[in-house]
Amino acid sequence: MKQTQFLQRQDLQALIDVLIAEGYSCLAPQVRDGAIVYDVLVDVSHLPVGVHDQQLPGKYHLNRSRSLRSFAWANGPQALKPLLFSASEVLWSAERDADGKISFVQAKPVVQKTAVIGVRSCDLAAMRIQDQVFLEQEYQDENYQARRKALFTVAVNCSHPAETCFCASTGDGPTAKSGYDLLLTELDDGFLVTAGSEAGMQIFIQLPLDQASDQQHFVAGEQALHAEQVQTRKLPQAGLVEKLLANLEHPRWQEVAERCLSCGNCTMVCPTCFCHKETEQPQLDGHATEHLREWDSCFTQGHSYIHGTLIREDTEKRYRQWMTHKLATWVQQFGNSGCVGCGRCISWCPAAIDLTEEANVIAGGGKE
Amino acid sequence: MRLDPYTPFEAEVVERIQESPTIFTLRLRFTDAEQHKRYSFAPGQFNMVYLYGVGEVAISIVSDPEDEHLYEHTIREVGRVTRGLAQVQQGQRVGIRGPFGRGWPLQQAEGHDVLIVTGGLGCAPVVSVINYIISRRERFGRLTIMQGVKHSDDLLWRERYKLWSQMPDTHVIIAADQDGQQWPWRVGPVIGMFDELDLKPDKTIAMMCGPEGMMHAAIKRLLEMDVAEEMLFMSMERNMQCAVGHCGHCQYGGKFICKDGPVFSFNEIKDIFGVAGF
Repeated sequence: MKQTQFLQRQDLQALIDVLIAEGYSCLAPQVRDGAIVYDVLVDVSHLPVGVHDQQLPGKYHLNRSRSLRSFAWANGPQALKPLLFSASEVLWSAERDADGKISFVQAKPVVQKTAVIGVRSCDLAAMRIQDQVFLEQEYQDENYQARRKALFTVAVNCSHPAETCFCASTGDGPTAKSGYDLLLTELDDGFLVTAGSEAGMQIFIQLPLDQASDQQHFVAGEQALHAEQVQTRKLPQAGLVEKLLANLEHPRWQEVAERCLSCGNCTMVCPTCFCHKETEQPQLDGHATEHLREWDSCFTQGHSYIHGTLIREDTEKRYRQWMTHKLATWVQQFGNSGCVGCGRCISWCPAAIDLTEEANVIAGGGKE
Repeated sequence: MRLDPYTPFEAEVVERIQESPTIFTLRLRFTDAEQHKRYSFAPGQFNMVYLYGVGEVAISIVSDPEDEHLYEHTIREVGRVTRGLAQVQQGQRVGIRGPFGRGWPLQQAEGHDVLIVTGGLGCAPVVSVINYIISRRERFGRLTIMQGVKHSDDLLWRERYKLWSQMPDTHVIIAADQDGQQWPWRVGPVIGMFDELDLKPDKTIAMMCGPEGMMHAAIKRLLEMDVAEEMLFMSMERNMQCAVGHCGHCQYGGKFICKDGPVFSFNEIKDIFGVAGF
């Protein structure tokens, strides 16, 4: 059974110090440009203490209170994804000599042991999904794997879901069940701490921990229940895959396409979207070239280009591709949905399109 | 389990053949002898062909899999990479990685009558299967090759079709919507070729490639003729960049064409086959 102990709030710095002493670069939530994102942290005073978020379709806004809590907010735009699946990286390079001979060199990523503090349950679930894509099929991605092995996660149970969150409906949160190295539950005076892996236990045993009281466990339980109950958005439950695929000609696709800008924001903030394109950057002297991969989006024209034509020439087909993949054909590909209920695609949509609303209408559930 | 599926190997263009004003064939050999020895493919699989400084493109392999000396790609100039590849001359180098994907069901086809249906500008993905069957003739029943083109000038490899038509137990049917000079084959709608077919539905396996509209019409006719759904195979095409199921471009409903295909049986994809946007 997992052991849970209590860390006083004033001892949180010890967690950072131990991680740094163990060779990890610590990334933790911090306010940057009006949003909470992960950045390098050495001093806990830089955590977003008393910072809260308001999220609605097409809206993300931070405000402050006198709360001493550091994690009283829901996820910002950035998931773990960019840390593992780089938004742009060189896959290999090639050189061509005077005789026209080409030599290829595989690029090896520079990998730094990294601990991320404040990972939410939905993002752990998303990481698990990207592991399936990049590590668990016929072909493995070495760069992803190297970074994945070097990643240490300090999860924090979500106590303040945003209005856009629906992880309870997808079963991916708000409480982390597994997949973390360490798990924190933030209470007013400190944190319940649980180790979830060998690496996590190595850190756990070095922390100044006290025995957790029954009262603390009770409050944590109440908090988790509350975080689940306040969520109002839901995906249709039974038969979603079949219902979506049976409604490929639903008039709602056209209606949503009239609002959708086809900007691809939803795919960029989505913690599971894995599409990427390969591009080439030759040097001007012609003797060397780099082959890169960069995030791509099914909302771009080029995504469905094939010898002179586009398979998805309009926004209706692109939105349908995105949603049916995320919620339906993903299940056919990997055995589970591609959506973890983080709600980012709703908050960061400039046209305030709500995935849950669209899915409910198209799959016939109506607005719940 | 293969590591680093992304980095190409260098290959030399041993011969370049201009098939038509916009179609050419590259005969290739890996410059690394070990890699050349290691490399093998099945008909219907494809390689990613890389042009230095420009990029990669997915191209099916047309040669016989048991030709250990060279392998061939027949390429139409249509996009950025293929237009560049058209400039590559004998002796020059390209990059190759592969082979990728699932090819034609040749084992399943043994003992069956094989019907090949292709359309458009020649059909590279089935050339290797035709050659494969012809050089192992005793393992297969009757071979029927149907090819439809818009204009007779579009037909590649006229000599090959002529040669194939003279093989034992082999029937070649070609139709052009419009004919030019000295056209020995049918004229008229491509779908009319099916009227010439006298097939045994329970003994037939069909392999198709070409425009999806053409395959759609062919499947309809073959189903009417009582050929089973799971005996109708087709090679699908979508944008491909990684070829290993990671980049997401070739998703076709719940399938990745690069690794689950490019050859599918009709019953595997019938839910979305013909639905615009997939």
